[in-house]
Amino acid sequence: MTGAAIEATGLGMKYRGRDGGWALRDCSFRLPAGRVCALVGPNGAGKSTLLALAAGFLRPAEGTVQVLGGAPGEARAKMAFVAQDKPLYPQLTVAATLWAGAELNPATWDQDTAERIAGELPRDAGVRSLSGGQRTRLALALALGKRPELLLLDEPMADLDPLARHQLMGALMAEAAEHSTTIVMSSHILTELEGACDYLLLVDGGRVRLGGETDDLLAAHTLLTGPVRDTDPHTVVESRTAGRLQTTLVRRQGPVDTTVWEATEPSLEELLLAHLRSPEAPALLTPSAEAGKEVAAV
Amino acid sequence: MAESAAVEYRIDRRSGVATYLQIVQQTKQALRLGLLEPGDRLPTAREVVEATAINPNTVLKAYRELEREGLVEARRGLGTFVTRTLGGAAAADDAPLRAELADWARRARAAGLEKDDVSALFTAVLDKTFEGDQAG
Repeated sequence: MTGAAIEATGLGMKYRGRDGGWALRDCSFRLPAGRVCALVGPNGAGKSTLLALAAGFLRPAEGTVQVLGGAPGEARAKMAFVAQDKPLYPQLTVAATLWAGAELNPATWDQDTAERIAGELPRDAGVRSLSGGQRTRLALALALGKRPELLLLDEPMADLDPLARHQLMGALMAEAAEHSTTIVMSSHILTELEGACDYLLLVDGGRVRLGGETDDLLAAHTLLTGPVRDTDPHTVVESRTAGRLQTTLVRRQGPVDTTVWEATEPSLEELLLAHLRSPEAPALLTPSAEAGKEVAAV
Repeated sequence: MAESAAVEYRIDRRSGVATYLQIVQQTKQALRLGLLEPGDRLPTAREVVEATAINPNTVLKAYRELEREGLVEARRGLGTFVTRTLGGAAAADDAPLRAELADWARRARAAGLEKDDVSALFTAVLDKTFEGDQAG
């Protein structure tokens, strides 16, 4: 059996002074251990709230979230969380920050990894003097040096130039390859994560709308192109008509009539955009992403 | 650390070809060109993902496919090794199949077909011949 890295049941979060609106509502999903998961959704969808809840930085208003089989607070030694603003101590130097990382995580600290990620950062430079991209690099060095079982990264690549982005994504993937680290990365830019992630959570309007293996989510959908016609019995996610041509993204219910439609598998971007443009489309979780289910290891 | 691997993969995210298939195809191309020979070690999943920033499972999926086709073999704790070459002889300049194809191409041209027509015809016949086979 594979354990769950994160399991949320009816999870909800409300911020004070936000006219009573829910930042996150009724979220139930499961992230199996060992996956690299893209947490995607538009700005303000609830991605950061979800990560902060999993990290134990926020207390849920309703529902529960379990991390590595326990409460987020109990799992703190086994996970690393890099928040969006990359919090570091501004008065420390780079070297002192890495030293603090080693001192605070004596059981698991991996100096070589931390040094490799920190790369060419001048070790005697003050954190205050670092650029946004350099701070990101240092924050990731701390997070990876801790050698966590679960790595939560909120918009990790936002401040990085393309070269650093590629290099750090490569380092994250190497970590996942070698230690089966579970990684969750949020972004509103899908292309940043496509290719690196094998699992997907689409959060939109405070709810989880898609969850599961990227390949399975894609395979469950079909892009139908053909005459303007009812696509029953398939579940319509989005349908658009241009002249006599109708393009419909459906969730298949049984076989597709290919005498009427040209059927193709959507790209990940097509799948996500279609869902974001159609807030009323029903949510879909693949079996491994459903909370409260133990799924046998494949 | 063993000696460095004999191939390096280039991943084109905009090619529309699934990433694992790109690895399969590039490995086969290297086998056809003799850049990879039996006994050579493929890069480890870690080496590939560190250089390309793709998901480790994608590499493993590609290697499983190559193994299923009998081209490579995973040796526990050592890595994945090439077990045989591909095509080779049939693609050489003096091979009979190549000569027949060259002859056919000349006749197609003599019959007044343009290069694009010949290419389309060849692709159509190729697709028909290999219809139903596993992609890759």
